[in-house]
Amino acid sequence: MRIGSSTGPLYAYAAEFDGPTKLVDAARAVREAGYKRFEAYSPYPVKELDEIVPGWNPVPALVLFAGIAGAGTAWIMQSWIAIVDFPINVGGRPLYSWPAFVPITFELTVLFASAAAFFGALGLCGFPLLHHPVFNLKEFGRASDDRFFLCIEARDHKFNVRKTAELLNEFEPLELWEVGKD
Amino acid sequence: MKTEQTRDLVPLEALTDAAARKRYWRSLEELSDSPEFQELLHTEFPPNATEFLDEVSRRRFIQLAAASFGLAGLTACTRQPPEKILPYVNPPENAIPGHPLYFATAVPVAGVAEGVLVETHLGRPTKVEGNGEHPASLGATSVHSQASVLDLYDPDRAKEISHLGVWQSWEDFQLALMQSLTPLRSGKGERFRILTDTVTSPSLGAQIQAVLAMFPGAKWYQYDPAGRHSARAGALTAFGRDVNTYYRFDKADVVLALDSDFLACGPGSTRFAHDFANRRAGGDRSNMNRLYSIESSMTSTGGKADHRLPLRYAEIELFARDLAASLGVAGLTTSGSQNHPEWISAVSRDLMAHRGACVVVPGLHQSPAVHALAHAMNSALGNDGKTVIYTDPLEVQSTDQIASLRELVNDMDAGRVDVLLTLGGNPVYNAPQDFDFRARLHKVKTTIRVGLHSDETSVECQWQVPETHFMEDWGDTRAFDGTLTIQQPLILPLYDSTSSLRLLDSILNPPGRSSYEIVQNYWQKTNGANNFEQWWRKSVHDGLIADSALPPLTPQLKTDWAQSLSSPGQQGIELAFRPDPYLYDGRYANNTWLQELPQPMTKLTWDNAVHLSPATAKQLNVGNQDRVELNYRGNKVEASIWISPGQPENSATIHLGWGRWHSGRAGNGAGFNAYALRPSDALWGGSGLQIRRLDKDYPLATTQLHQSMEGRDLILSATAAEYKNNPDFVSHETKQPPKELTLYPQWNYTGYAWGMSIDLTRCVNCSACVVACQAENNIPVVGKEQVLARRAMHWLRIDTYYEGDPANPRAFYQPVPCMQCENAPCELVCPVQATNHSSDGLNDMVYNRCVGTRYCSNNCPYKVRRFNFLLFQDWVTEQTKLQRNPDVTVRSRGVMEKCTYCVQRIREADIQSRVEDRFIRDGEVQTACQQACPTRAIVFGDINNHDNEVAKLKSLNLNYALLAELNTRPRTTYLAELRNPNPELKSNA
Amino acid sequence: MTTVAEKQLQTPRRPEPGTSLPVIAGAESFGTLTEQITSVVLTRPTPPFWYYTFAVGMAALIMFVVSVIYLLYRGVGVFGIEIPVAWSFAITNFVWWIGIGHAGTLISAILLLLNQGWRNSINRFAEAMTIFAVMCAGLFPLLHLGRPWLFYWLLPYPNTMHVQPQFRSPLVWDVFAVSTYATVSLLFWYLGMVPDLASLRDRAKNRFAYGFYGVLCLGWRGASRHWRYHETASLLLAGLATPLVLSVHTVVSFDFTIAILPGWHSTIFPPYFVAGAIYSGFAMVLILAIPLRKVYHLENLVTERHLNNCAKVMLATGLILAYTYAIEPFTSWYSGDTFEMAVVHNRAVGPHSWTFWVTLSCNVFIPQLLWFRKWRTDPKRLFLVSFVILYGMWLERYMIIITSLHRDFLPSSWSNFIASPWDVSVLVGSIGLFVVCFLLFVRFLPMISIFEMRELLPFSRPGGGVEK
Repeated sequence: MRIGSSTGPLYAYAAEFDGPTKLVDAARAVREAGYKRFEAYSPYPVKELDEIVPGWNPVPALVLFAGIAGAGTAWIMQSWIAIVDFPINVGGRPLYSWPAFVPITFELTVLFASAAAFFGALGLCGFPLLHHPVFNLKEFGRASDDRFFLCIEARDHKFNVRKTAELLNEFEPLELWEVGKD
Repeated sequence: MKTEQTRDLVPLEALTDAAARKRYWRSLEELSDSPEFQELLHTEFPPNATEFLDEVSRRRFIQLAAASFGLAGLTACTRQPPEKILPYVNPPENAIPGHPLYFATAVPVAGVAEGVLVETHLGRPTKVEGNGEHPASLGATSVHSQASVLDLYDPDRAKEISHLGVWQSWEDFQLALMQSLTPLRSGKGERFRILTDTVTSPSLGAQIQAVLAMFPGAKWYQYDPAGRHSARAGALTAFGRDVNTYYRFDKADVVLALDSDFLACGPGSTRFAHDFANRRAGGDRSNMNRLYSIESSMTSTGGKADHRLPLRYAEIELFARDLAASLGVAGLTTSGSQNHPEWISAVSRDLMAHRGACVVVPGLHQSPAVHALAHAMNSALGNDGKTVIYTDPLEVQSTDQIASLRELVNDMDAGRVDVLLTLGGNPVYNAPQDFDFRARLHKVKTTIRVGLHSDETSVECQWQVPETHFMEDWGDTRAFDGTLTIQQPLILPLYDSTSSLRLLDSILNPPGRSSYEIVQNYWQKTNGANNFEQWWRKSVHDGLIADSALPPLTPQLKTDWAQSLSSPGQQGIELAFRPDPYLYDGRYANNTWLQELPQPMTKLTWDNAVHLSPATAKQLNVGNQDRVELNYRGNKVEASIWISPGQPENSATIHLGWGRWHSGRAGNGAGFNAYALRPSDALWGGSGLQIRRLDKDYPLATTQLHQSMEGRDLILSATAAEYKNNPDFVSHETKQPPKELTLYPQWNYTGYAWGMSIDLTRCVNCSACVVACQAENNIPVVGKEQVLARRAMHWLRIDTYYEGDPANPRAFYQPVPCMQCENAPCELVCPVQATNHSSDGLNDMVYNRCVGTRYCSNNCPYKVRRFNFLLFQDWVTEQTKLQRNPDVTVRSRGVMEKCTYCVQRIREADIQSRVEDRFIRDGEVQTACQQACPTRAIVFGDINNHDNEVAKLKSLNLNYALLAELNTRPRTTYLAELRNPNPELKSNA
Repeated sequence: MTTVAEKQLQTPRRPEPGTSLPVIAGAESFGTLTEQITSVVLTRPTPPFWYYTFAVGMAALIMFVVSVIYLLYRGVGVFGIEIPVAWSFAITNFVWWIGIGHAGTLISAILLLLNQGWRNSINRFAEAMTIFAVMCAGLFPLLHLGRPWLFYWLLPYPNTMHVQPQFRSPLVWDVFAVSTYATVSLLFWYLGMVPDLASLRDRAKNRFAYGFYGVLCLGWRGASRHWRYHETASLLLAGLATPLVLSVHTVVSFDFTIAILPGWHSTIFPPYFVAGAIYSGFAMVLILAIPLRKVYHLENLVTERHLNNCAKVMLATGLILAYTYAIEPFTSWYSGDTFEMAVVHNRAVGPHSWTFWVTLSCNVFIPQLLWFRKWRTDPKRLFLVSFVILYGMWLERYMIIITSLHRDFLPSSWSNFIASPWDVSVLVGSIGLFVVCFLLFVRFLPMISIFEMRELLPFSRPGGGVEK
C-alpha cells in the first residue's frame, strides 16, 4: 500500500495494472463483492468493462429524438415559408413543391442528431470537468498511456480500509494507491 | 399610355419672363457672376482640360471626368440666352412632377429631319419618341433620333467660347468678330467666307442670304461628307436639274435596290422601312412585295431581300445599264459585259410586269450614272409620281459641294480668305484627303468655328463658339419629303453656347436677337397668314407645319442624257466608302450608345473594319482581326480585317466616321479614319486598293461570335408559295409539349397576361429598338474591353444568322428580349427569390434582393440576362445623370438585370386605368422597343383579351415560341419569316 | 470471440487474405506508441520540411488574401466570368474541395462501420483534411457572389424585409448540406481527439501545453463510462455521417442537374459526383500521407498496406468514373436530344476539348497503372498517380462547367471562356490556406489516433489479442 501524492481525506483506493486482463478480472470481482462506487480507467475502450461497471447509456435515444426533431423542423419551416409566409409564383411551380424540400429536411435531421450525439456524450461524461480527485494521483497520468486503474471510492457503503485493500491486492496490482480528496 | 401623348406647348408668357431665370439659377448666378469666381473657374478649366489622351478604358474615362463636369454645370450659368422655357414659373397645365411631358421637335441628321416627341421629366429631356403625325416618323424613330438625347448630355461638348484656347466672353467674341469683319466691308467682303454643312433650315438659309447681301463679295459653301453628291449629279445628268427623290414603298410590288440600304439608313429610312414592311407583312400576307438587292457590301436591306446579288461598286453601274437597256430605256446601249443574264431577264420581266407599281432605288453613294439610270428606268416603268416622287431639293441652295469646297480650299491656299466662319460640319476631319483642309485653314487670318463639340475643326480654328444642341434652342428643318418642323427647345442650354442663327444675327443687327425671335419673325414674314399666333402655336405643338411637304414635280428626261454615261474601268481590289450605319459621317462618334450598338450585320462595336469576302480574305491570306495597311493612291492607313459573308469578291468596304482624334473620350481612337484615304474624285470608292498584311492583330469586339444556326429551328421561315401550300408548316417544325404533360398543376393568369409578338417578316435589323431600350431602361455602356469580355449589357439584342453560301448567304434577323417564360427556369434556381412571377405573368427581377449568384443566367436558355460584373453604371458624370429615366432603377455592381417588358410603363398605365376606373386599353402600353420600331415588328399587349392585336397575332398559324421543346412557355413569341422569291430566279432564293 | 482472440494470439500481426502487409509494423508497446505519436507534438524538434512547406503555404495564403481584397474592391468581374459562362473557376474549386473532403469522412465513418481496423492510423489526419478542405470549399460560393456581403440572405430568418429564401433552389440546399457537413465533420473529429488530447495533457512538459491540452480535452479521465458514451457517440456519428457524406456531393451535383442546360441536366450526376469525390479525396489523403510518414518516420504506423488499400479504393472509384464517362455520351445519343448531342460533340472536339481529353487521361487511363502492385505500394509512384488524379478531378469539374455553359441553346450567345489571372491566384491561394491549416494541425495536434492505435496492438484485449 502506497500513499499517493495527495493529501486530505481519503477519496479512493486505486489499483494500478499494466494490462487490461487483470483490470477486467479485478473489476468483475469488485462488482461481485457488491461494490457500487467504483470505476475503471483505461487508455483505450475496453468493451468488457461495459457489462461490469454500472451505468446506463441514453445516447442512442437522445440521437433518435433529435433526428426526428430536425426532420420536423426542416419540413415545417420550408412548407410554412413557401405556403404561408412568402407565397410567390416561382417559375410556375406550385407553392407546395414538396420534392424540393427533401434535401434540406435530410440535412437538418443529420445535423440535429449529430449535435445530440456529440453534446449528449460529453454531457453525460459531465464534461467539461477540468479537475477530478483522481488527478491528485500523479501516477494517474499514465492512465492515458499504458496503465490501467481500478478505483473504489471511500464513500462506497461497503468500503473498508482493510477488506477493500485485500480484495484489490488479490490481483497483484503494480501498486495500490491511496488517493486523497485534494 | 404612350399612344395618347399629352403634348405641351411651351407657355409663351414663361418665355419672356426673364426674372424667372434669375430665380431659378439664383445662387449659382451670384456665384458665377463674381469675377473672382470666373477666375477660379478658368483656372479650374485649363484650355484643354477635356482632352484626355491616356489609354485607360473608356468607362474609366467617364468616371475620371467627374469633378470637372460637376463644375461644368456652373460655367453654363455664366451667360444664359435671353429667353427661357421654365414651366415652373407659371406651371403649364398637367405639368405634374412624376408625369413626363412630351414636346414636339425634330432631329436633324445632315439637314434631313425626323419629327419626334421628346419626353421630359421636370425639364430634363430623357427619351425621344416618334411623332405619329410626322411623315418621316409615323410614331417610330431611327437609331439617331433615339441616341440624340445622349448627345445633348455628352460631357465632351464644347462648353465655352474660347480664343486660341483661352476663355472669352460672348461680348469679347462679338467685338472680335466685328473688328475682323468691318475692314472687309470696304472690299464688299469677298475675303469673308462661310462654310456650313447642308442647310435645309429656311430661317438659317435666310440669315445666310442676308449676311451675303450685307457682304456681296462673300461666299457661302456647303459640305457634307456623306451628302447626296452623286444623287445631285445623277439628277442633273438625267433631268438637267437637281431634284429630291423619295419613294412610296407602300405602293411598290417590286423593289429593286441598286446598292441602297434604304431600310436601315439614309434620309427617310424610318418611313421607308415602315411602308416596306406594311406592304410585305400586311393583311393576310397573300400579297407580299418582292425585294431585289444588288449591293456592294452586306447591308440590312440586302439581308432582307428575296434575291440578293453581291456586285462590286463599279459593276453595279454596268448591271444597271444592262437592265435599263433590257427594260427598253430609250437611247441606251448595253455595257457589253454579259454578266448575270438570268438576273437581268428575270428582274426586268418582273419589273415590267409591275409597271407603275415597282421602284428602282439607287444608293446615295452609287455613281451619278446609276442615279441617272434609275431615274430613266423609273420613268420607263411609269413609276414617276406613283412610287417615285420628285420634288425640289430640300437644300435652301443646292450646290456641287465638292466643287465648292475645292474652290474654298484653293482660295484659302491662295490667301484670298481673311475670315472663315465655319457653322457646324467638321471639315478638318472629314474633307477629302487631297484638299488638305487642315493646312489650308491655317492660311486664313481669322477662323471662327461654331460647333457642338470641341472637335478636330474647332481646335484648328482660332475662335471656338459652342453650338446649342437642337434640344436647347429654336430652329426649323425639313424632312425627306420637305415637311417642315419648327424645333422648340426643351431645356436651357447646358453650356455657354449659341446657335448659328443667333451668331449670324449678331452680325446682321448687333447685338443680335434670340433664336426664338429670329425663327418666329422669319415665319411671320414668310407665312404672312393672319392669326399667325394660332398658326405658330399649332405648328410648334404638332411638330410640323401643316402641308409643308414640297410639291411633287414631273421632271422630263433630257434627250441626250445617256451620252454622258461612261464605263468605269476595273483593276485590283476595289475600295468602297460607306457612311457608318450609326456614326454616320462621324458626327456621332462620341455617342457611347451608338459606339456600343452592335453593327447591323457584323455585330461589331467600338470599331470599324475592312470588310472582305471570305474568298478574298483567303486570297490575301488575312483573317479576322488581322491588322493590315490599306494603301489607296499612296495614302496609307492601318486597319483591321473583318470577314463579311456576302461581300463581293475583290472588294473592301470601309465605313466613314471612325478614327477621330478629337471627338471626346468615347470617340477618340475608336476605329480607323477612312477619310485619310478618301479622294475628292472618288468619294465613294474606286479600284486599286493595296492591302498589306502587318504581323499584328487587333481585337475587334463583336457581340455575336457565332452566326450559324447550327441547324436548329431558331428562326422559322418559308417562301410565300410554300406558306400557301402548307399554312401550318410552323406547327410541324416546332415541338411544343402539350400543356397537360406535367406532374404539377398549372398557374392560370386571370386578369392581365402580358405578352409580346415579334414579326420576323417585318424586322429589318435597324436596331432602333436596342437603343430605345437602352435609353428607356438606364442601361449602362460597358466599353470595348468589357464587350470583348462578353459583358455587353443590352437587354434586347438582334441575333443575326447567316445561311447558305458564304459568298452570298441569306441573312436572318431575330430580336431577342426576355421571353418572360411562364415556366421560367431562371426563377426556379434563384436562392433568394430575386426573380419570380408577378400576378400578370411578368418575370420580375428584384434588383435589391439579388445577391449575384448568376445561376439564373446559366439556366436561361435564351441568355437574355445581363450581369453587372463591375461597376458599369456611371455614378459620377453629372450630365449623364440628367438623362436617366426616373421610373427605372439604376442598377449597380453585382446585380443581375434583364428586360422587364418596360414594367414601369405597364404600372403607369395600370395606375392610370385604376384612377379612371377602367381596364388598360389595347396599345395603351407600348414597350420602348415596340414604340421605336419603324416596321411595327414588335407588338405588345394583354394576351388574355382576344380582341387585342397581340392576341390576334399569336393566334396566327405563323406564331411559334423559341425553343418551345423546353416547355418554358415564353410569353414572347415570334411570327415565322416569309420571303417572296421570284420562281424564275433560283440563286439565293 | 475467444476463438478469434486465440487466432490473433498466434498471429498478432493479423494477416489479411490476399496481403501480408501489416497494419502496424514492428513490435510496439502502449508506451512506445504513445511516445511516438505525442512526441511529434510535444518533444521532437519540428523538422525543417515543416518550415519550408509552411513558408510556401503562407506565401500562397497571403496571395489569397490580397486577391480576395481586390475581388471585394473591384467586384466579381475581376474573374474571367461572362455571359454565358457565368460560373467558372470559383464553382469548379468549390466542387473540387468539397470532393476532397469526402475521403476523410468516408475513412472515419464508413470504414469504421465496416470495421476496417487499418483505417485507425490514417483517419485522424484524413478528418483534419476534410475539415480544412470543406473550409476552403465553403469560401468559394461566397466569393463568387456579385454581392458577397449579402450571403446570409440565403438563410431563412425572420427579417424586416419580410422575404425568405427560395427552397426550390439547389443553392439553398447547398448552404444546408455544406454547413451541416462542416459541422458534423468537426464534431466527429473533435470527439475522436478528446482522449488523445488527454494523453497530450498528461505528457505535457510545460504549464502552457498542460493548460492548453487540459482545457481542450475537457478533463478526460479514460473512465469506462467515458469510453462507453464516447464509443456509442462515435458509432452513431459514423452512422449519420455515412449517408451525409453521400448526400453532400449529391446536393452539389444538383447544382448542375437541376439546371436545364445540356450536359448538366442528367440523372447520372449524383453517383458520378460522389464517386469522383471519393476518388479525389483518397488521392489527397495519399498526397498528405506519403510525405508525412516519411518526414515523421511513421512508416511503422502508416504502412505500405495503407497505401495499398487507398490505391485500391482509388482504382475502384476510378472505374466507376470511367463508367459514367462512357455512359454519358450514350444517354445523350439515346435521348436523341440535339442539344445534348451537341454538347457531347463539343466536349470531344470543341474549343475546350483539351480539357476533356486531359481529364480522361488523368482520371481513366493513367490510374490503370494501379492494377500493378508496384504502383500501389511504391510511395513515389503512388504519389505521382495521386497527383495526376487530383489534377484530373479539378479539370473534370472545369470541363463540365465550361463546355456546357459556353455553347448552349442559342448559337448567338456562344462564347469562348478565357480565365483571368485572379481566377488562378484565388485557386492557388486556397491551396495555400489548406496547407497552412494542415501544417498547424500536424504541429499542434495528434495526427494519428493514439487510442485507436492502442486497440490494434496485440495484447490490447483482456486475455491478449486485439479488437476485431
